[in-house]
Amino acid sequence: MRKSFISEDSDWSFSLIRRYDEEISRIAAAYSLDTYPNQIEVISSEQMMDAYSSVGMPVGYRHWSYGKQLLGIEQRYRRGQMGLAYEIVINSNPCIAYLMEENTMMMQALVLAHAAYGHNSFFKNNYLFRAWTNADAIIDYLIFAKNYIADCEQRYGEVEVEHILDSCHALMNYGVDRYKRPPRLSARDERLRQKEREEYLQSQINHLWRTLPGGGQAHREVVHDRFPAEPQENLLYFIEKNAPLLKPWQREIVRIVRKIAQYFYPQRQTQVMNEGWATFWHYTILNKLYDEGLVNDGFMMEFLQTHTNVVRQPSFDNEYYSGINPYTLGFSMMSDIRRICENPSAEDRCWFPDIAGSEWLSTLDFAMRNFKDESFIAQYLSPRLMREMKLFAVLDDDRKRQLEITAIHNEQGYRQIRSQLAEQYNLGSNEPNIQVYAVNIRGDRSLTLRYTQNRRRPLHQDTSEVLKHLARLWGFTVRLETIDHKDKILKTDECLVENQ
Amino acid sequence: MNQVIDRRLNGRHKNAVNRQRFIRRFKRQIKQAVAKAINERSITNIDSGEQVNIPADDTSEPIFRHGTGGERETILPGNSEYLPGDKIKRPSGANGKGSQASNRGEGEDDFVFRLSREEFLEFFFEDLALPDLIKTQLATNVEQQKVRAGYSRDGVPANINVIRSLKGALARRLALRAPYIRELKSVTEELESLHEDSADETLRERIRCLEESSLQLKNRIRTIPFIDTFDLRYNNRTSIPKPTSQAVMFCLMDVSGSMDEQRKDIAKCFFILLYLFLTRNYERIEVVYIRHHTTAKEVDEEEFFHSRETGGTVVSSALELMHDIICQRYPTNDWNIYAAQASDGDNWNDDSPKCRDLLSENIMPLLQYYAYVEITPDEHQRLWHEYQTVHASCKNFAMQRIDTLTDIYPVFRKLFKKKIS
Repeated sequence: MRKSFISEDSDWSFSLIRRYDEEISRIAAAYSLDTYPNQIEVISSEQMMDAYSSVGMPVGYRHWSYGKQLLGIEQRYRRGQMGLAYEIVINSNPCIAYLMEENTMMMQALVLAHAAYGHNSFFKNNYLFRAWTNADAIIDYLIFAKNYIADCEQRYGEVEVEHILDSCHALMNYGVDRYKRPPRLSARDERLRQKEREEYLQSQINHLWRTLPGGGQAHREVVHDRFPAEPQENLLYFIEKNAPLLKPWQREIVRIVRKIAQYFYPQRQTQVMNEGWATFWHYTILNKLYDEGLVNDGFMMEFLQTHTNVVRQPSFDNEYYSGINPYTLGFSMMSDIRRICENPSAEDRCWFPDIAGSEWLSTLDFAMRNFKDESFIAQYLSPRLMREMKLFAVLDDDRKRQLEITAIHNEQGYRQIRSQLAEQYNLGSNEPNIQVYAVNIRGDRSLTLRYTQNRRRPLHQDTSEVLKHLARLWGFTVRLETIDHKDKILKTDECLVENQ
Repeated sequence: MNQVIDRRLNGRHKNAVNRQRFIRRFKRQIKQAVAKAINERSITNIDSGEQVNIPADDTSEPIFRHGTGGERETILPGNSEYLPGDKIKRPSGANGKGSQASNRGEGEDDFVFRLSREEFLEFFFEDLALPDLIKTQLATNVEQQKVRAGYSRDGVPANINVIRSLKGALARRLALRAPYIRELKSVTEELESLHEDSADETLRERIRCLEESSLQLKNRIRTIPFIDTFDLRYNNRTSIPKPTSQAVMFCLMDVSGSMDEQRKDIAKCFFILLYLFLTRNYERIEVVYIRHHTTAKEVDEEEFFHSRETGGTVVSSALELMHDIICQRYPTNDWNIYAAQASDGDNWNDDSPKCRDLLSENIMPLLQYYAYVEITPDEHQRLWHEYQTVHASCKNFAMQRIDTLTDIYPVFRKLFKKKIS
């Protein structure tokens, strides 16, 4: 039995969007995708550029760097170097997905399936998002942050606030707890507690920096210990709690930047999985629409062309190559898992004995819930996919004159390629490992950080600039020691601050 | 439940503030870029947006990251020839990542973006101000303009609005006649009913009485005036201040044989700059082109810049023509008048004092500003020295020498420097 097509031509209308949404929602439910309610917003391309340049935050505080983003995007868009993103989706409850007015009906349907069901269900169910972000509270919190910063600008001047924000942004990637789970966000509680926290924090700092002898043996022992007792990975947190000279409002701004960094942290860790999941589902759902006779051949041809562009992976020697396309890798892996479940080869049975031949939907669901890019690749990248993508490993050692190919897609290379690719998505090793090591509490109050070198990789020359930002927040001299794996200090960068 | 919301009507420029902040923050660099653009490019197409390049270093936001060096192992797709253990030459990029490195390299060029036309000109004119513009505006604001504003009950006969007045009169007549007509009607009806048996004395008496009142009523109706002073309506006009937002710009140029193409180009740029500058301050601008050799002629733009004459030079002819045109077409209470003269300094010697007198006595009192640029690398001739005496006596007379195209902008700025009060 053939149903009639939902739409025949490429013009969209609100009623058609609702119609497609009903059908897609029905199919998604049949595949038991668990989603937040959707809020689908139709916007113009200018608005899309706006949304794009505020890194997808629907409400953002004001800062010149977003203006810079916008100007850059406008320029590239105008010169045709870049198409606009088809969609932006926000991890909130309800999940906000933007549809661009210029899109065709097919694109709107694709974006619906991709963002409003794919990304949405990922946001709701992936363990990182569940643990680290609170979709119910993020919009409220962003509004709180925007108002608070606007308020500070009124009170203390735009320039002052800009300085603090510049410095915080420089350290934003070091404003996340990588291992500890943060408390849940809530704008109302933030406001209520904020006053309390200001006073408390200030008293804590005063205590730490008290110069009068506290009396008693215990006190003397404490100051002989290194502070902090353990190295601290969250630089912004450390500054918020311990920087001696920051005013309460400045601490609050540090906190806001830190919270936002934390909110985006899971997205940075799950790019491949998140895009792969969404791409897999738009592909599956739209094919299902076609199978049910709800869309016509023209729709499908247009869809396939777009989809193929999205998952295109140029080879390393192609002029368009710019790294591994996360859409390709993610989509291929998701599809590959389904293949392994439904149609395993002998090789798959050997490599993936636990999932080969299992029920694909629940296997895929499990993979989506419990992994991040690094572990997902380490767990599921199959030899067959490595062969398809013709992956190979290159070692660049600056002590040698030539590069060396260390592994290719063959029996000896599979494991190395897989673990190496997983490592490539490990933020912990992609970003330099820099931690707070010590504060000279009794002397010049200088702060010492330690960079633990991995495979002798040095820091970028930007480092001195970042140290200036750090020194601005800390208020005293800041030092960065580069150490090797035997704790030997190789190099010390320093940003001196004169204080009386 | 899912909902679809149309947000297209919401604000489009949420990030406009951030854009402004960016421009404010990099004001110094943008200004440099604008100044550079003006010096280097042809100024003729200045009147559009401008692409601005800022060194990427200035706008970068530093973060902790790895530099080049050490060991790094990368997974790349698309292997078609390599086997494990193969050694390959390090690509010319600093780090051995093939085309990826060069892609990144491109990204680290200047930060490029586009200023809108308004923003560009804003930067361009930032330190400039029209000479005494504010003074002029205050003065010209006294000019009043009459605009229609409905009708009033009093005014001068010339302003009577006939239709409106007659409409009023008609209504008044109808209204005033109505009770008499009603009464007359009843009187007439009674008369008619009584007419037949006129034997009775009392009845006759009654008829006479009725006839009398009928006559009286008719009289009354007749005496209602066709039009009354009460009916008159006058067109009402109120006066509002009329800003003088128009300017006329006179371009005077020597086209005698000694002015070659290159000098004309320089002159042209100077005129265009002045024109642009005026566009910012006046709603409407007219340009009058006067070219001269021994005689002066008003021409259109095309002819002004492109035709070429030979022969001597009599500057005063152009000044006289300009004065005539001002008197005929541009009364000073309606127009702000600017003049710019470009010349190579050549003039018939005896004519120069005449120019001086013409300028200081007849022309300068009419003008907002007169700018004279001499495009010559040679020594000044008599015209320059005569003009210097004009310059000494008139504050709104400026003169400068220009050698090359790149001199224009600084000279222009000098001519129109913000007056420090």
